[in-house]
Amino acid sequence: MKYGLFADVGSTFTKVVAVDLENAEIIGRAMSSTTIATDVNIGYDKAANAVMDMCGIKEFDLKLACSSAAGGLKMVAIGLVPELTSQAALLAVQNAGAKVLASYSFMLSKKEVNEIAGLLPDIILLSGGTNGGNSQVILHNAQALADCPVPLTVIVAGNKNATDECCEILEKAGKIAVPCDNVMPEFGVLDIQPAREQIRKVFLKQIIEAKGLDSLAKRVDGDIIPTPAAVLEAITLLSKGTDKTEGVGSFVAVDIGGATTDVYSATEGECLYQGATLKGLPHPKYKRSVEGDLGMRWSSPYILEMEGAEKLAKSAGVTEEEVATTIKKFNANPELLPENEIEQKVDVAVGKAATRISVKRHSGFITPVYTPLGERFMQEGKDLSAVKYIVGTGGIVISSPDYKEILAQAMYSEDDMYSLRPKNAEILLDKSYILSAMGLLSTQFPEIALEIMKKEIINRK
Amino acid sequence: MKTLVMGVIGADVHAVGNKILNLAFTEAGYKVVNLGIMVSQDEFIKAAIETDADAIMVSSLYGHGELDCRGMREQCIEAGIGDILMYVGGNLVVGKQDFAETEAKFKDMGFNRVYAPGTRPAAAIADLRVDLGE
Repeated sequence: MKYGLFADVGSTFTKVVAVDLENAEIIGRAMSSTTIATDVNIGYDKAANAVMDMCGIKEFDLKLACSSAAGGLKMVAIGLVPELTSQAALLAVQNAGAKVLASYSFMLSKKEVNEIAGLLPDIILLSGGTNGGNSQVILHNAQALADCPVPLTVIVAGNKNATDECCEILEKAGKIAVPCDNVMPEFGVLDIQPAREQIRKVFLKQIIEAKGLDSLAKRVDGDIIPTPAAVLEAITLLSKGTDKTEGVGSFVAVDIGGATTDVYSATEGECLYQGATLKGLPHPKYKRSVEGDLGMRWSSPYILEMEGAEKLAKSAGVTEEEVATTIKKFNANPELLPENEIEQKVDVAVGKAATRISVKRHSGFITPVYTPLGERFMQEGKDLSAVKYIVGTGGIVISSPDYKEILAQAMYSEDDMYSLRPKNAEILLDKSYILSAMGLLSTQFPEIALEIMKKEIINRK
Repeated sequence: MKTLVMGVIGADVHAVGNKILNLAFTEAGYKVVNLGIMVSQDEFIKAAIETDADAIMVSSLYGHGELDCRGMREQCIEAGIGDILMYVGGNLVVGKQDFAETEAKFKDMGFNRVYAPGTRPAAAIADLRVDLGE
């Protein structure tokens, strides 16, 4: 194997990266508009041809692709108790690389079922109850989904005692039901790998075709996977390494997109704040979270709403009116880039807010409790204070000269001392936007992918 | 197999008795969901819902048990598990108060069984056998 070609079919752009596998080097990179509405191959070929011209190589021994086009993989997560199986289902869905349209707890009401019908999810992950635990609620919810008038694909990953019956109920109503191991088999035990695997299988079998990616799927060598799933593969590899080569240890990555902000954390060892008692579900070592209300273009009005014009104006050093006008303009024309200093400053302020809020939501937090034996802490989620790096990726960060300022918002702050965000991390950049390509490569040649990532991200200074 | 949810309620960090009880209940053949120390009413109830527990076993060693346990039965009723069996034991109140009074107080709060300091795990297990109809 000499050369590899890796494509990331995004909602706006199709990005292609060429790799010299023998020398572990990136030899070409290009992008073109995604053409999924007509034929995805047009955009793919355009970008691929540009790469071939760039590196002068026409034959590639390994061609792989991932995609987040046509809305990505859209899912709904359902569980019983919000902090327990609903949370477990949510973590599974996010780690599988899906976009979470909504999540529900307890017995679904008619109103909620109608809402789900309106959301048109690609897949629903239905959980509820530990094995041998509550089965009444998941059975009710299976029936409620069976009665839903739209076609649905449901992965049933709850109390195993109820799985068969849930599947029967759904299949009888003409829905596609996929049995799966419980996301929370025992209290406090998170087991999301089987659900991730089933989501990947359903994505391959049904979603690829429905999204018009099947013609591309025939031209590449491996399975097309959701882009965030590919990125999580890369993050996991970079952190833990391979049997032969050491990884770089714990770090956080932030991908600020136009519509969403994705945060990844890879943590080796226990993520517990000194002496704290962990409450709730333990979060995965390699975790992805996605925020649908944080982004640079489509979701920027939510950021304006959350932060307020005054705060954003102060952060950007412009007037409140300029903030509002710029956000409105970019929201209406998501493809635009800043054209003057004011727009540039507003973009940075929005990016800073997206980084701060998304990393805060991703990180764990502590709550002080005053006991007769003095102050103690209870912790929920992961303690990220000791991670070594914060890696930025995504358009705004890569193209911004102020990327350090934006990414610094991921760090611990004294105004928010109970949020367990990174304390002394070094800020790095995925400058050549290779994480998804390396995730794809890692499925076949992890050693090469690891070497390239170390070279391009960690040791690039 | 019957399921028990157990833990030490409130801001109480006494961890040793919790481990002994966990062992005793497990050896007695129960599926034990141990929430450990510093457990809120909310956590007990949520764990009981998800695991479809048969009983909630509350420990309190630091004397604030009354404050921590008040309203727990009402919370269970609110959460749809109002009939669940609830036991409580430990050093429930501060100082040397008459245990009969303490017992009456906690029973009034909706606990099915109340145990005095120094009770052996076997006593609670024997009661469980009766109350769970085993």
